[in-house]
Amino acid sequence: MKLISEKRELTTKWVRFFAPIVSILVALFVAGFLLLAAGVDPFQAYLEIVQESLGSLYGISETLVKTTPLIFASLGVSLAFRMQIWNIGAEGQIYMGACGATAVALFSGLENPAVMITAMFCAAFLCGGLWAGVAGVLRARWQVNEVIVTLLMNYIAILGVDYLIYGPWKDPKGFNFPLTAQFSDAARLTEYFDTRLHSGFLLALFCALILYLFMERTVWGYEIKVIGSNPKAAKYAGMNTGMAIFFVLFLSGAIAGIAGFGEVAGLQHRLQHGISPGYGYTAIIIAWLARRSALGVVIVSFLMGVLLVGGDSLQLIWQLPVAFVYAFQGLILFFLLASDFFINNRLKLVRGERHA
Amino acid sequence: MLEILLDATVRSGTPILFATLGAIINERAGIINLGIEGLMLIGALAGFAGTQASGSLLVGVLAAFVAAMLAGSVHAFITVQLRGNQIVSGLALTMFGVGITALFGRGMVGLTIAGFERIAIPGLSRLPVIGKPFFNQDMLIYFSFVLVFAIAFFFYRTRWGLAVRTVGENPAAADTCGVPVLLTRFLAVTIGSGIVGIGGAYLSLATTPMWIENMSAGRGWIAVALVIFASWSSYRALAGAYLFGGITAMQLRFQAMGTTVSAHILQMLPYFFTILVLVISTIRLQKGASQQPENLGQPYDREDRK
Amino acid sequence: MNNLLQIKNIRKTFPGVIALDEISLSIAPGEIHTLLGENGAGKSTLMNVLTGLYRPERGEILFDGTPVQFSSPRESLELGIGMVHQHFMLVPAHTVFENVLLALDKVPNFYSRRKYRQQVQQILDQFNLDFDLDTPVWKLSIGAQQWIELIKLLVRDCRLLILDEPTAVLTPQESARLFEVLIRLRDEGKSILFISHKMREVMEISDRVTVLKKGRSLVTLSRGEYNENKLASLMIGEDQIPEWQKSFRTSQDLALEIKNLSVRNDRGLADLDNFTMKIHRGQILGIAGVAGNGQKALAEVLTGLKEASSGRIMAGERDITNSSARGSYIAGIAHIPEDRKSIGIAPDMTVDDNLIMKNFTSPSFRRGIFQDRGAIRRNAAEKINQFAIKAGPTGNPVRYLSGGNIQKVIIARELSENPAVLVALYPTRGLDIGSAEYVHKVIADGASNGMSTILISEDLDELLKLSDEIVVMFRGRLAGSVDPETATREEIGLLMSGEVQT
Repeated sequence: MKLISEKRELTTKWVRFFAPIVSILVALFVAGFLLLAAGVDPFQAYLEIVQESLGSLYGISETLVKTTPLIFASLGVSLAFRMQIWNIGAEGQIYMGACGATAVALFSGLENPAVMITAMFCAAFLCGGLWAGVAGVLRARWQVNEVIVTLLMNYIAILGVDYLIYGPWKDPKGFNFPLTAQFSDAARLTEYFDTRLHSGFLLALFCALILYLFMERTVWGYEIKVIGSNPKAAKYAGMNTGMAIFFVLFLSGAIAGIAGFGEVAGLQHRLQHGISPGYGYTAIIIAWLARRSALGVVIVSFLMGVLLVGGDSLQLIWQLPVAFVYAFQGLILFFLLASDFFINNRLKLVRGERHA
Repeated sequence: MLEILLDATVRSGTPILFATLGAIINERAGIINLGIEGLMLIGALAGFAGTQASGSLLVGVLAAFVAAMLAGSVHAFITVQLRGNQIVSGLALTMFGVGITALFGRGMVGLTIAGFERIAIPGLSRLPVIGKPFFNQDMLIYFSFVLVFAIAFFFYRTRWGLAVRTVGENPAAADTCGVPVLLTRFLAVTIGSGIVGIGGAYLSLATTPMWIENMSAGRGWIAVALVIFASWSSYRALAGAYLFGGITAMQLRFQAMGTTVSAHILQMLPYFFTILVLVISTIRLQKGASQQPENLGQPYDREDRK
Repeated sequence: MNNLLQIKNIRKTFPGVIALDEISLSIAPGEIHTLLGENGAGKSTLMNVLTGLYRPERGEILFDGTPVQFSSPRESLELGIGMVHQHFMLVPAHTVFENVLLALDKVPNFYSRRKYRQQVQQILDQFNLDFDLDTPVWKLSIGAQQWIELIKLLVRDCRLLILDEPTAVLTPQESARLFEVLIRLRDEGKSILFISHKMREVMEISDRVTVLKKGRSLVTLSRGEYNENKLASLMIGEDQIPEWQKSFRTSQDLALEIKNLSVRNDRGLADLDNFTMKIHRGQILGIAGVAGNGQKALAEVLTGLKEASSGRIMAGERDITNSSARGSYIAGIAHIPEDRKSIGIAPDMTVDDNLIMKNFTSPSFRRGIFQDRGAIRRNAAEKINQFAIKAGPTGNPVRYLSGGNIQKVIIARELSENPAVLVALYPTRGLDIGSAEYVHKVIADGASNGMSTILISEDLDELLKLSDEIVVMFRGRLAGSVDPETATREEIGLLMSGEVQT
């Protein structure tokens, strides 16, 4: 008797849709055991997560607050994915975007809120874009692996921000804490309902729409899809793949950079350590889960927001390290990859002797 | 002065050396493993916990090896048997490693153990300049020297080694020669992952005999880049790891000496250096220097129609 | 007569395709048995079943009278069945010694280098092969590599050797040498299963012939029971192979002139070496030569995918030597690539999207930065009709199309701007007869409309049939030029193997 695998002829649409959901559920199940081993009741923990994130208006607003940077970063990462480029550097690009926005907020002396906010946005866009653009140039010109470059640049970006907030940008009135001065009112985004929810969220939704139109309706989107589908064929068709690589990485980093803008202008109102607690890495999971759909990115980002808000409260109650969420995300990915296999193949038991 | 620097270089480079060697074994068989960072952390925690519980360093190292092997076997199963995307699986492994060690490491924070001690090799350890850095070190470092040679010997002078290399270059060719491709890849990934774990164990058993959350601080990623620098050769991996160790040692030295340059900027140096090394190595690869295993990153499906 | 191998009612399917349809055949010991069939008839699939690469869903295989089952190549190899595949199972980066060593049976893990080097050297000497054991395989010519593949089988003492289109990459002279060895092996009692679609070879070497068609075996005939025409009609089911009407249509105008073109590859060797050639308007210029003698480099330079290190390409008055791919296309050169699936199409995208890959920036397909999907759809409908492409439902990813239809999509795309020159690299490779005929028709029709074609092919029959003039490439240079009406295969073969230069 042997267990063998066989390719399926067709995969039904609903199998494709449900597989990610099943993966998440199985991951939840396995994570439950991990929680048990760490001395935490998983049912209570999961209940707590849902209650905290969805059980009150404030909870929902907090969830949306976390969803906002996730949407931006995931849109950026998934744009790169469409061209088979791995932008693992969203985290650093968020930091760089935050840096750019902060520089404008602290030093530009602008007073008109509309001008200030626009300038901050542009600075964040540019900084995030250029940061990723470095990897783009290296990849386009010398085929240097962008996974490692973007990832190493995360470490450099975080150290760079640390340098600034411990050093030249430190708030003189900040009691020596590593953070910058608070932003002026002109440099803050509108907040809603007496919560921390800010207009960045609406901007994120708008961004998702723009990206959808970009990919599905424009000539550039077509070119990106062709290059992603078969770079050799694209080159042979006369497309300038080098420019495209740089352009896509730049844009990917720029969109992630907007997340940084949102965090400093809308939430923290200053630059400090830990502007992004790993949003850039979570974005990779979201982009992979959401496949090619901008709407999917929004939905999955929301789900991750739920998880993160819940994770925060778990930390408060049970001293669960925030990093535990990473373990959970890793599990989701593992099960998703496994489910990918079962979507495309089926298992069969065959007898050793004769073929029936 | 040079002696002290060399000593720090070797000690600094050793965890990365183990990690790079393990990664080389994976990639020679054709599988990319981006979970190195997570595996180092798992090895570090398991090693520390094992020594804590048993009082024996050897038990700790074994625990690190086994734990990392088990974690690596998940990546192996997904990428080899299930033909899953190798990059995503590796990232998942790293994330999982970071999270799981943070969770279970809580109980270990603040504890200390007696770490590895130096053992001088009689005679050789008295050599000027290189005596202390190379011949007055701890057992794990000596083991790393042996491992470098053993891996080179394995790949170029044994049939199994030839089989592994063929699996990475042309798995169909290996298949038609009767080599069990999937099993070979699976073993290469798990054993390679175990070796990476030993590198992590060095961190928590020798470098600083304690457990700190996220203590590998990106070294796993440096190792991934160094594999390319090393052109998949264990000897060059040694050179690369020590080169990196040297930069780190110098950077720490500057910090200790109290320069005006911010500590944060100094800490960036190893990462800049690694990117530079990566760019140079990649360009050299294009020019025809020892190529990467031809089938690196591709899953093997016997029934793939050409 | 006891059969060495008996295949009974084997069935093998892939998603959407029945590759083997209850196929049966038997092979006697000490015979050369040829499997004849056009592309897609199931020859390669059957071979992969016999060597344990594919698993059949139904049927039986008997070896020496006993039922056997292979779940891996190792098992079929242990029984004594070995195969030389069309796509070599070699590691280019490894040396000759390393490649053969892995094929040897029962080599201990810590082996003695000296002992095994001696062993391999002995076998090479046995067959008068002059290879250095330490040469990396990528440095060897394709013919030489095939010998290595064969050696790998002989060191395992296989009783049944399967050769899949071995002469595809050999000159006529090298093929003759191979046949000598095969006959010698047969006389030693080994059986050889020979796969080919080249009629003359089949006639020359086979003891028995089995004709495959659509996954079934039609009939098995012994030597003397068949001739070329009978086999051909069995293979394609018609009494006559259609004959082409060829007319000379060479005008005096030059379409392209290539002067002293040289191209270096990444290993620093010259792919194209001082190559000179002229193509006239409306001419079909055939380029013969064993694959790997610079044909691909020539095609890539002409279409702007590679840079020339020296020399010129003139299109009329314009020097188009180093323009980009787009530039070349606009200059009127179209390209049917060698490997359609790997560089010809964007596999996950639809037929519509693939058809506009070369001119998607044209104002007729867009409104500003947005694409005009309606216009794209209309264009696709027109091309599908014009070229009779079986595209399946709209929105179907193009990779699900059959090889022939994919080739049609590529042709439709390339010809859509009425190019002056078409560079076609092995355009009918892997296509069934119907699709191959279609490609030939397109090229011939194009010629009557003034389009020049550079036809690069390994199939001498195809070249002789279509070309107005045939040139032969060897080691990146023009070895010679012949008139298809009067040239003999031997002549061309000598030029292909570099033994003669005109």
